[in-house]
Amino acid sequence: MDQFTINLLFVGASFALYIGIAIWARAGSTSEFYAAGRGVHPVTNGMATAADWMSAASFISMAGLIAFTGYDNSSFLMGWTGGYVLLALLLAPYLRKFGKFTVSEFIGDRFYSSTARMVAVICLIVASTTYVIGQMTGVGVAFGRFLEVSNTAGLLIGACVVFAYAVFGGMKGVTYTQVAQYVVLILAYTIPAIFISLQLTGNPIPGLGLFGDHQASGEPLLTKLDAIVTDLGFNEYTMHHADTLNMVLFTLSLMIGTAGLPHVIMRFFTVPKVSDARWSAGWALVFIALLYLTAPAVGAMARLNITEMFWPNGTENAAVSVETIQSDPNYDWMLTWQKTGLLDWEDKNGDGMIQYYNDGSEAMAATAAANGWVGNELTNFNRDILVLANPEIANLPGWVIGLVAAGGLAAALSTAAGLLLAISSAVSHDLLKGQLTPNISEKNELLAARIAMAVAIAIATYLGLNPPGFAAQTVALAFGLAAASIFPALMMGIFSTRINNRGAVAGMLAGLIVTLIYIFLHKGWFFIPGTNSFTDADPLLGTIKSTSFGAIGAAINFTVAYVVTGMTKEIPREIRELVESVRVPRGAGAAQADH
Amino acid sequence: MSDEKNDKEYWSANLRIIMWSLVIWALVSFGFGILLRPLLSGIAVGGADLGFWFAQQGSILVFLALIFNYAWRMNKLDREYGVDEQ
Repeated sequence: MDQFTINLLFVGASFALYIGIAIWARAGSTSEFYAAGRGVHPVTNGMATAADWMSAASFISMAGLIAFTGYDNSSFLMGWTGGYVLLALLLAPYLRKFGKFTVSEFIGDRFYSSTARMVAVICLIVASTTYVIGQMTGVGVAFGRFLEVSNTAGLLIGACVVFAYAVFGGMKGVTYTQVAQYVVLILAYTIPAIFISLQLTGNPIPGLGLFGDHQASGEPLLTKLDAIVTDLGFNEYTMHHADTLNMVLFTLSLMIGTAGLPHVIMRFFTVPKVSDARWSAGWALVFIALLYLTAPAVGAMARLNITEMFWPNGTENAAVSVETIQSDPNYDWMLTWQKTGLLDWEDKNGDGMIQYYNDGSEAMAATAAANGWVGNELTNFNRDILVLANPEIANLPGWVIGLVAAGGLAAALSTAAGLLLAISSAVSHDLLKGQLTPNISEKNELLAARIAMAVAIAIATYLGLNPPGFAAQTVALAFGLAAASIFPALMMGIFSTRINNRGAVAGMLAGLIVTLIYIFLHKGWFFIPGTNSFTDADPLLGTIKSTSFGAIGAAINFTVAYVVTGMTKEIPREIRELVESVRVPRGAGAAQADH
Repeated sequence: MSDEKNDKEYWSANLRIIMWSLVIWALVSFGFGILLRPLLSGIAVGGADLGFWFAQQGSILVFLALIFNYAWRMNKLDREYGVDEQ
């Protein structure tokens, strides 16, 4: 069987599984559509949350970001997991006790203000839409590479599959497909990592292999890696080179942003009890940690493997020759990926060899001149291909490559479905039922939710086909909005009995606007290239990049909310009682009684 | 009104657990993983140092322990104060 057939088999089988689940888990009521009837077991919900959370960015991009930067990008590892501590301790149990369907509904009720609810809805829709574009682009890339269909065809197939289970199944269909998708994606991520860890360190657990010994040299793996990359003029892998203040703020922004992303929070509405919401956050992090503890190993080992491929006899000897790349089957992956435009090389000095080194390093200038190198000849290595190409680089069997194809698609589709669900419930439940047509029947609300979902899928597919130039930048926007507006509002709603409607609205708007302005100043107004006054290399405030500003936006939100509350009327008695009732689990079962 | 007093005590017990958990949360990530890393640089862990380990793996393991500890202690606290869902 050739590789194409194997890939087709794996992807086809996984898609058939998702559709089968969709048929089995159709939603009949709004409660099933928005919250899976609140009957999801905490472990099941934890697994679904993990798939929901781990997007194309976690599966495809994160290991590459770590591989080519090393320690400095540990922010992603700590930030994207540390947010779950905030979620479990500060938000999930209380929002489950509140017992409604959307994040904006809590903000609207707690701050007795439809303005607050609408601000939350807008943040939610903007954050989720920008986030979903990345997922759809990821689906297109994975299809294009593994099934050799055009980007467009791949994206349309993906959209149809999401349509099948999200529109008909709602939260119920999405939950059970996400469980299946989690299993596919975690196998696809860990199996190649286990093989590679065994090859390099002899340890079957990649997370332990990372701190183990490199078998070929007998040195610790990380010592070996540090040595080989510094020989080529790159920064030491394990050392701290980034600005410390920015690293702290960036990590904190990712944590707060994670805890404030609506598609993650709403998963905790699906469990039967408050105590289940607490356990479920723990289970979610267990399932996430399986990937996140493996990712740094994947990054470091891939960096070592790739570097050694270009310097097969060590960095002191001759580099790999162009002829070897063209003829040796071990280098086939380079030819396949060159076709996608994500990898390229050029024999600049015409010596028949490809020298890969850091031509920006002054320390390397002398070595390069002595050897007649005129620049780094690995001209393009897109970081996103690292995880997808990893099994080929390590020469693993064909079925592992097929599995990785299915895993990348599972990661992108599961997150896309969660985001689309958040968007459609905001439209049908918050905008239509909450604002425009409060008397809508349950049957019509369910229909509206399905139509909203279908429209959201159509828009997401369109944006995936014609990604705006700023697609990559908008992730900062999603996290910035969640951190600066949604997380502080939810936290104050639970932990303060004083913050009133005006305080909350002023705080959310202040956090939101200042964060947006800071991002636009650095990335261009509305992301239009050339309209920025600063760059992230030389930011407005000291060393604080626009991607790290969410934490400051959150601090502004808190401060403004407290100041404005102090100047305006006290909150009504019934709202104080609402806050007090959210704080104790007693009576949470009542929320289930309505179906 | 003893119910109200009971709920108040339950809430302050909860806040204490949250506060200590968040202190540990910040210590292992921002502390050991980033700011205090130079202090831990003498402790070698497989080719790197303890700070590197905390930044790439240790903090995640501690986060897990924190969430499960919180769930276990709170579910116990719910029963002690009679505010659980049964």
